[in-house]
Amino acid sequence: MAAPSSPAPALRRKHLRERLRILGFLSPWLVGFSVFFGYPLIATGYFSFMHYNQIEQPAFVGLRNWRYVLTQMPLFGPALWNTLWLVVVMVALRVVFGLGIGLLVTKVKSGAGFFRTAFYLPYLAPPVAATVAFVFLLNPATGPVNEILGALGVPGPEWFNDPSWAKPSLVLLSLWGIGDLMVIFMAALLDVPREQYEAAELDGAGAWGKFRYVTWPSITPIVLFAVVTGVVQTMQYYTQALVAGKLASGVSVGPGSVIQPGYPDHSTLTVPQLIYSLGFQNFNTGAACALSLVLFAIAMAVTTLLMRKRAGLLPAED
Amino acid sequence: MTTTTFPRRPARARTPGTAGTPAARARRTRLLHWIAVHAVAVAAALFFLLPFVFVFLTSVMTDDQAMSGELWPHEWNWSNYTAVFTTPGFLGWWRNSLLYAGLGTLFTVCSAIPVAYALARFRFRGRRTAMLLVISTMMLPPQVVVIPMYLVWAQQLHLTGSIWPLVVPMAFGDAYSIFLLRQFLLTIPPEYVESAKVDGCGELRTLLRIVVPMARPGIAAIALFQFFYCWNDYFGPQIYTAQNPAAWTLSYGLESFKSAHSVNWNLTMAATMLVMAPVIVVFFFAQKAFVEGVTLTGVKG
Repeated sequence: MAAPSSPAPALRRKHLRERLRILGFLSPWLVGFSVFFGYPLIATGYFSFMHYNQIEQPAFVGLRNWRYVLTQMPLFGPALWNTLWLVVVMVALRVVFGLGIGLLVTKVKSGAGFFRTAFYLPYLAPPVAATVAFVFLLNPATGPVNEILGALGVPGPEWFNDPSWAKPSLVLLSLWGIGDLMVIFMAALLDVPREQYEAAELDGAGAWGKFRYVTWPSITPIVLFAVVTGVVQTMQYYTQALVAGKLASGVSVGPGSVIQPGYPDHSTLTVPQLIYSLGFQNFNTGAACALSLVLFAIAMAVTTLLMRKRAGLLPAED
Repeated sequence: MTTTTFPRRPARARTPGTAGTPAARARRTRLLHWIAVHAVAVAAALFFLLPFVFVFLTSVMTDDQAMSGELWPHEWNWSNYTAVFTTPGFLGWWRNSLLYAGLGTLFTVCSAIPVAYALARFRFRGRRTAMLLVISTMMLPPQVVVIPMYLVWAQQLHLTGSIWPLVVPMAFGDAYSIFLLRQFLLTIPPEYVESAKVDGCGELRTLLRIVVPMARPGIAAIALFQFFYCWNDYFGPQIYTAQNPAAWTLSYGLESFKSAHSVNWNLTMAATMLVMAPVIVVFFFAQKAFVEGVTLTGVKG
């Protein structure tokens, strides 16, 4: 709302009141944004140029932390690789599987309520509980999954205990919790105008033709939305990878103890875990902050993508 | 926005027909289609539900049997649940989780309502920027800003080892809740707000008397999401409460429970059931608000 160029004093007072009112309504967020986002971001930048171990005073070291993180730290490569692997494979499979379950659910006629609830429930399981459960289910020696596979004559893999199976096991765990995507896709699928299907049928389109020329074009924005938010979520992937690695390694120690994350062979080490490990286990605060900013840069790049209208996150009227 | 629990497609009218006619053939195709769809659905349901079943069955096994890999319990050993509850610390973690989730939800709802209202209803310069900033914080990995925040809580405020560093920030507007509620508020016709103002309602009165009651489903959705977020949170408690086991939450304590009882899968699975139970119970009571919320985040943009 543009203010007139020379308003009468009463009008100006009204505008001032209006502005103060808006500020008042926004104040919880304004405070929160500055204190819990703005300040720590600036401080992270500051510490990334310091040698700091949380005991001694910070000492300026220039770009040394950055050089260490990007070129010398042996675990940076594996952590980045694992994170990118998860981003590509997990997001792709989640979207495909979520869409498949969404389609299935719109086709089910009997017991629809039961199936929808069944598919949705795992999404609600707390990540730690779900991970503990999956480490148990996929336990190579006594887990039910390998018992059943064995009974069927298929030798089960070592799952979380095999470096080449650990990440696929995490993917399986995340496919189990697909409920949110299912609901989003289901709503999008039911929004497709029915007349378009009838028109396509008249034109002689089969099941695939209807999907390709009617369903797909109208759900593309939602698929894009799912991909981009999935990428952002997966870049933060932390709890499941950490807990699975710790439990599968069988190390009988409580939280807070120093163990190398990413069991087995760093195959489940992600960038967020590396930040935690640098900052809170090795007390190399400067390097942890530099690594945080690397993650921040990647996250911002993806977020910028999200801001584009096509991703459908911002309403058109904005 | 959906009005029923789950969006439903209208039922198709049934066409009567006699055997041998094209109508009967069409009906046979439909039947085969019905069978195929439901077979796939049953298979999928097994994938989603069997983990719960196995976790539950193991949670009532005896120590010996839980190690054996057998699937069905010989005897139903309910005492595992008592054993979990009497494990030192477990009740305290339960209380901390409730406190974190309860206060966190209350604070989030109270702070998100005015902010979401301002972003949805007021026209002002910088509104778009504010929205972009809200969304950016929503997308930001929590690990990026945690180190300086930890240092403030640990070195200046000396409050680490308690749940306060987890709860206090919630009083200052959670980006996700603000975004979700704002999207919901946009669906309320502005005429209601206008007519309240014409009737002489102040802005705050309008918000409390008109908007909040109308936005009840949206508020319920953000409250539920925040409750689940806090209940499920692992990273926050790990950062701020690790040094003091008395301040751990259930999510965080569960992992240590397994570590301390390395071999006792039955006890661990009983504990896992107890961590999962509250969210599932809450879901069955609040299904509608929950599913609406999920739909709203994804579809109504």
